[in-house]
Amino acid sequence: MKQIRNFSIIAHIDHGKSTLADRLIQYAHLVDDRQFRDQILDTMDIERERGITIKSQTVNLPYTSKDGNEFELNLIDTPGHVDFSYEVSRALASCEGVLLLVDASQGVEAQTLANLYAAMEHNLVIIPVINKIDLPSADIDRVKDEIEHELGLDAKSALLCSAKEGAGIEDIFEAIVERIPPPSGNTENPLTALIFDAQYDSFRGTIVSCRVFDGVVHPGDTIRLMAMGSTHKVEEVGIFRLKMEPEKELSAGEVGYIIASIKTVSDTRIGDTITLDTNPAAVLLPGFKEVKPVVFSSIYPIASDDYHSLADALEKYKLNDAALVYQKDSSAALGHGFRCGFLGLLHLEIVQERLEREFDQSIIMTSPSVRYRFLLSDGSTVVIDNPAYYPDPTEIEKSYEPYIRASIMIPERYVGLVIKLCMERMGVNSHLNYPTAGRVEITFDMPLAEVIFDFYDKLKSITQGYGSFDYEIIDYRESNLAKLDILVNGEKVDALSTIVHRDRARERAVNACEKLRDEIPRQQFKIAIQGAIGGKIISRSTITPFRKDVTAKCYGGDITRKRKLLEKQKKGKKRMKIVGSVEIPQSAFMAVLKTDNE
Amino acid sequence: MSSNPGLYVHVPFCKTKCPYCDFYSITDLSLMDSWLKSLKHEAAIYRDEFSAFDSLYLGGGTPSFLSYQQMETLKDILQTHFDFTPDIEITIEVNPDDITRNKLIFLESAGVNRISIGVQSFNDEVLTFLKRRHTASVAEKAIDLIRLCGFSNFGIDLMYGIPGQTEDCWLETLRRALAFQPTHLSCYQFTLEERTPYGRLKAEGKLHPAGECEEKRFFLLTSDFLKSEGFIHYEVSNFAKTQKRESRHNKKYWQHIPYLGLGPAAHSFKNGMRWWNHRSVERYCQALTAGEKPIEASETLSPEQLRLERLFLGFRTKEGVPLDDVSGNPKYDNTLSRLKQSRHVTVRKNRIIPTQKGYLIADRLPLMFFD
Repeated sequence: MKQIRNFSIIAHIDHGKSTLADRLIQYAHLVDDRQFRDQILDTMDIERERGITIKSQTVNLPYTSKDGNEFELNLIDTPGHVDFSYEVSRALASCEGVLLLVDASQGVEAQTLANLYAAMEHNLVIIPVINKIDLPSADIDRVKDEIEHELGLDAKSALLCSAKEGAGIEDIFEAIVERIPPPSGNTENPLTALIFDAQYDSFRGTIVSCRVFDGVVHPGDTIRLMAMGSTHKVEEVGIFRLKMEPEKELSAGEVGYIIASIKTVSDTRIGDTITLDTNPAAVLLPGFKEVKPVVFSSIYPIASDDYHSLADALEKYKLNDAALVYQKDSSAALGHGFRCGFLGLLHLEIVQERLEREFDQSIIMTSPSVRYRFLLSDGSTVVIDNPAYYPDPTEIEKSYEPYIRASIMIPERYVGLVIKLCMERMGVNSHLNYPTAGRVEITFDMPLAEVIFDFYDKLKSITQGYGSFDYEIIDYRESNLAKLDILVNGEKVDALSTIVHRDRARERAVNACEKLRDEIPRQQFKIAIQGAIGGKIISRSTITPFRKDVTAKCYGGDITRKRKLLEKQKKGKKRMKIVGSVEIPQSAFMAVLKTDNE
Repeated sequence: MSSNPGLYVHVPFCKTKCPYCDFYSITDLSLMDSWLKSLKHEAAIYRDEFSAFDSLYLGGGTPSFLSYQQMETLKDILQTHFDFTPDIEITIEVNPDDITRNKLIFLESAGVNRISIGVQSFNDEVLTFLKRRHTASVAEKAIDLIRLCGFSNFGIDLMYGIPGQTEDCWLETLRRALAFQPTHLSCYQFTLEERTPYGRLKAEGKLHPAGECEEKRFFLLTSDFLKSEGFIHYEVSNFAKTQKRESRHNKKYWQHIPYLGLGPAAHSFKNGMRWWNHRSVERYCQALTAGEKPIEASETLSPEQLRLERLFLGFRTKEGVPLDDVSGNPKYDNTLSRLKQSRHVTVRKNRIIPTQKGYLIADRLPLMFFD
């Protein structure tokens, strides 16, 4: 019987998770050094560029311990962003232990805590690892102190390593096999396997990553996805060793993949339980929930002829991203497009970038919105996530918006600034915690709409990068809302409308007009931009026309130079949408929401 | 309209370099003879590739700087290798300080029938700023000589929007130019080109270009004044006394009529292909000595590129753009009707003609007809 350990690495962003994973993989000799590249588990360009993990990845590491026993260690790499916290929780549910990585100079951060709590919820064994001990600014004693007092863990149990230099790696392997318990479970029981990720492969269909808790699954078995209620015939099972290696079976305790002619990723649900159709388990594994999008935005093709091409691209994209939801939408200003729901703003940006890069789409995305709820005078309730469908204001009895609880960790000196920022974003019900001297944890209840856009960037900038931020949605609260319309040369551009707090409408309107003035390029006529609520103009800005734009000489037969200049401008124009007679660049739709008080 | 090809010869030599000019020229005169020798080789290459030229343009650089003997050799080269129509327009660019009665008589006998004189300004302070070698009075004497020697078709090149120049100062220059009854005027907006000494001063923040509003004022002032004096504003920077006096040669560049450019940095166009020579006398000569074409690069224009060029060149001239080039797309119809309404263009005889207001934004107009 194989000796198995299932574990994950959790860390605050930039504390070195991907680098440590790289070292563990190198130590296990899964790939020879010549073929090795950094961030090996992050296969998407966008992951490597941004230094983040979007998809969960798994790797099976063979290890022979110092006392000569052979192990198979399954490392489940999890996404590192608050948008993907459900995926993280399912990955953790598949483990028995975690390496909790703490930067030797940064110390414990907000996400370190959030991750620790998540691991504790799953009753995982926690191995604290202090990374980056090679840094001149490393302060191991202070970090140990934080581990002891802020995290409540035994600092003596902490391992020291430098993933960058490859120091302390063997100790980590030893600790994994010694401290993390082997998986329990019984191969005789009916099959239960937890889906923690799914990826689409154009040749093989959906590849489901799962952790088997009980029972055994073989090729040829008919499996049932319990929450979905669908059945599929298993073609192949196996483990990940950077590439897929087929196995005869996956049995209780193991982590691996199942290929079972499942067409799209959307036919699976992360957190669902796989069982056998012939001998099903009685109940699902705990913790399943449908992931719900919280941020909504519409995608339109820049050239309306490209609608069908965009539809194709979204369909293909969706094969690999079950979290994206979309449906047809149309706008008076932008034509036909799609209303999409995202897990958060990072998820939105990722979808946008991948549609543009991998699917070669030229798109406009409208200002993101959250989902509002309205109680109407006839007693009915409507829920909208698109300002275009804002109810008739005379019929609204009460309006509600989603609130989050933000948890922010900062050095003490920034408390004043951060509280000011949170108050500006309508934060209420604040609490201050002093986990250790010099560090403060602030919690605030805030409207989700106030944080989705640039709150995190703002926080980072006022705290010079020291602030960290995590949030959970708590409930809907009553709010006094209004729809802010934007008129460009007297024409209402529905795609620029936003839902705002009524008592701050004027401020937002002024800000939106200013932002648009900066974003919309000058044209040969004057452009008036107005903000209006219910037909009443409350703000205005003007874009002056260009007075002269013609070069003196076009001479000597060198027509080429000038044409190349125009061709360059023409490319820039590809990212503009003509609304009425005005060219509006993609950036303008996001700029409406940007607030800055500088 | 004639569609005979045009011939251009680039004379890449100057006594001194003007700090605003970005046409290719050098001051090392020791290379003049090898340039001329190479020109002969180049002419031989294109000997049978063009039909009779009906325009010849000697540009530069400073063509008037050539010696009699060099001009004679050049004339021989061209006559030996190419055919010319009987009514050919032969233009030479001249600098005021090169003009002598004998030189003009020589040019006249050699067949030159159009002179373009680079005066730039009749204000000595402006001329000093531009580092020109002549003064206003030298320029006036030169133009007098041109007229005296029987050149009735001559044009004066001027520049406006120069730092420190007032509207009155510019109007004064225009008036003094008109006093000579030129058939043609080129009035260029002073431009700080990147690869020139003045362009570098601009990059360093030491020289400031005129603002957009000021440029617009000067442009309209020039156009209105010259029109009131009976000139046709036939291209953004060019004015002719009558339609016949418009530069036949330059219009070929703007209308995709074939042209052959000889000499370093010269451009040529034929059958949708454009090619250009090395921007270096040495490299130009080396290539020809080695028996190769002195071409730096060439391109074949796609239908889309040809259309873009027709649009941006057309919107700079009173010939405008064929309506066919913007038809077949409802968006363009919409754009066109807006531009008509805002009086940036008019439509006449199936062509879209820019108005004076349209000339002002001629660089903006083409892209409005692209998706």
